Amino acid sequence: MTGPAIEIENLSKEYPLGFLHLKKRTSLEGLNMQVETGEVFGFIGPNGAGKSTTIKLLMRLIFPTAGSARILGKPISDVEMHREIGYLPEQPYFYDYLTAAEVLDYFARFHDLTAADRKDRVQRMLKKVGLETARKIQLRKYSKGMLQRVGLAQAILHDPKVVILDEPMSGLDPVGRREVRDIILELKKEGKTVMFSTHILSDAEMLCDRVGVIVGGKLRGVGAPGTLVDMKTQGMEILFELAGTSNVPLLSKAERTGDRYRLQVAEEELYAAIEQLRSAGARIHSVSQVKATLEEFFMNLVEADRAQASAVEVSGK
Amino acid sequence: MRRAGVVALNTFREAVRDRVLYNLVFFALLMMAAAVAVGQISIGIEETVIVSLGLSAISVIGLLISIFIGVALVSKEMDKRTLYALLAKPVRRWEFVLGKFGGLVLTLAVNTAAMALGLLLVMLYVKHSLERGDTAVLVAVYFIWLKLALVVALALMFSCFTTPLLAILFTVGLYIVGLYVQELRNLPVEVMSPAMAAFTKWLSYLLPNFENFNVMAMAAHQRAVPRALILQNTLYTVIYCAIVLTAAAAVFSKRNLK
Repeated sequence: MTGPAIEIENLSKEYPLGFLHLKKRTSLEGLNMQVETGEVFGFIGPNGAGKSTTIKLLMRLIFPTAGSARILGKPISDVEMHREIGYLPEQPYFYDYLTAAEVLDYFARFHDLTAADRKDRVQRMLKKVGLETARKIQLRKYSKGMLQRVGLAQAILHDPKVVILDEPMSGLDPVGRREVRDIILELKKEGKTVMFSTHILSDAEMLCDRVGVIVGGKLRGVGAPGTLVDMKTQGMEILFELAGTSNVPLLSKAERTGDRYRLQVAEEELYAAIEQLRSAGARIHSVSQVKATLEEFFMNLVEADRAQASAVEVSGK
Repeated sequence: MRRAGVVALNTFREAVRDRVLYNLVFFALLMMAAAVAVGQISIGIEETVIVSLGLSAISVIGLLISIFIGVALVSKEMDKRTLYALLAKPVRRWEFVLGKFGGLVLTLAVNTAAMALGLLLVMLYVKHSLERGDTAVLVAVYFIWLKLALVVALALMFSCFTTPLLAILFTVGLYIVGLYVQELRNLPVEVMSPAMAAFTKWLSYLLPNFENFNVMAMAAHQRAVPRALILQNTLYTVIYCAIVLTAAAAVFSKRNLK
């Protein structure tokens, strides 16, 4: 049985404020979390929630005020552990005097690969992220999206067991986003553990086995996207077309978009509503369940956090 | 150590691609102008003028590179966040610091060697031959390179805990103070209080002594530089750089990146 790939215990980060450092800003508060081996874990939250702080703490780019973390069973202070980890920083920036092939070769040299192996891997990675034709162009001429692809390539170049990506979809066009999604799914197929932070909830819903929602430096929920939100059906939605005006009482409750109407009714009222629409000559296109989405769950948490923050501010005054 | 070497070679490549070695063109033009002018304005002391001017130019150009690029070695990587992806690799922070130092010292070695070659060519042009005594010029160039390595270590250390501007000011300040360490040691301690005398003595040994690296007068007059001084300066630079770089690595290892 394999243990968790990433274990985070009571991890906190405070930043001193002011010239004398008398005040402190808490960026992350007592984070406890695990990412299981082989899963795709999404770390979602609004800007400034603590997602990048957590990832930087895991990468030892910053140091925790309290708490600890382990990756693949080793403490994060163990530098050799980085042989098994791939990391994509948020808005990555690389040596702009190097070409994509040179920058990948440079990073590969830290992994004790032979020259032939390095060359082979660099070529494969450039192909994988769609930069094969731009391999000899200096990075100073790259677009933001192209740099993101270089970042992704350097993160997976050494075939790591755990891949940590900070906002991997940021700056990418729809095609690029699709390609990154495919790469993440491919990594999952290969049995890698992937943890990524994102603002884009649809990506998290689509890709993740589990998500962690972080707001205001605190973890507010962890679980499969479906179990985090209330799975109970909130009602039924009927999509229909109705020629001309009709005397259907339900019509006043429906929303009209072009020729089509969208009507939401309680589950127990569904058949009565369909009957009523049929007798009025409506053409029913679809009937679907209405469930809370991850986005609604997320927005509720963010709004609750903002309300709490303003309450603290008012009481502080 | 191998990983520090990888960082060093990349730092050297950065310097080359950022056209740091273009200063050699300026040096070449200066030396050509000097070679032409010296024959007309200084009868009999052409060699002295050429050697003094050449060594001064090597020193000043090297100092500018050491201070400004030395300070930017770490701070630029932090500002541009190029460090993030690198430190996520199996690289210790001290290996990064050592690699950056090694890369710039290597750049300075190539740069200083190229300027030294230029100086020798101009000497050959002016004197029509080189003599055994001229090897003092090479020793003087070696001492300049040692001095520059020490300046790079100091600039790098300051940049690990303060802003680039302050790091430049501290490095320049320490360099100027370091030129007068001997004067500090020669202060009349008998008129001072014992505590002040002890402090002055302690300070004069703590501060980097840049005065010992200046053998320009010996080189200009073809006087041999004592072997003991060559050994002493080499050991002094190695030990002082090791101490300063250890301090830099210790500070940088605890530093939170942005």
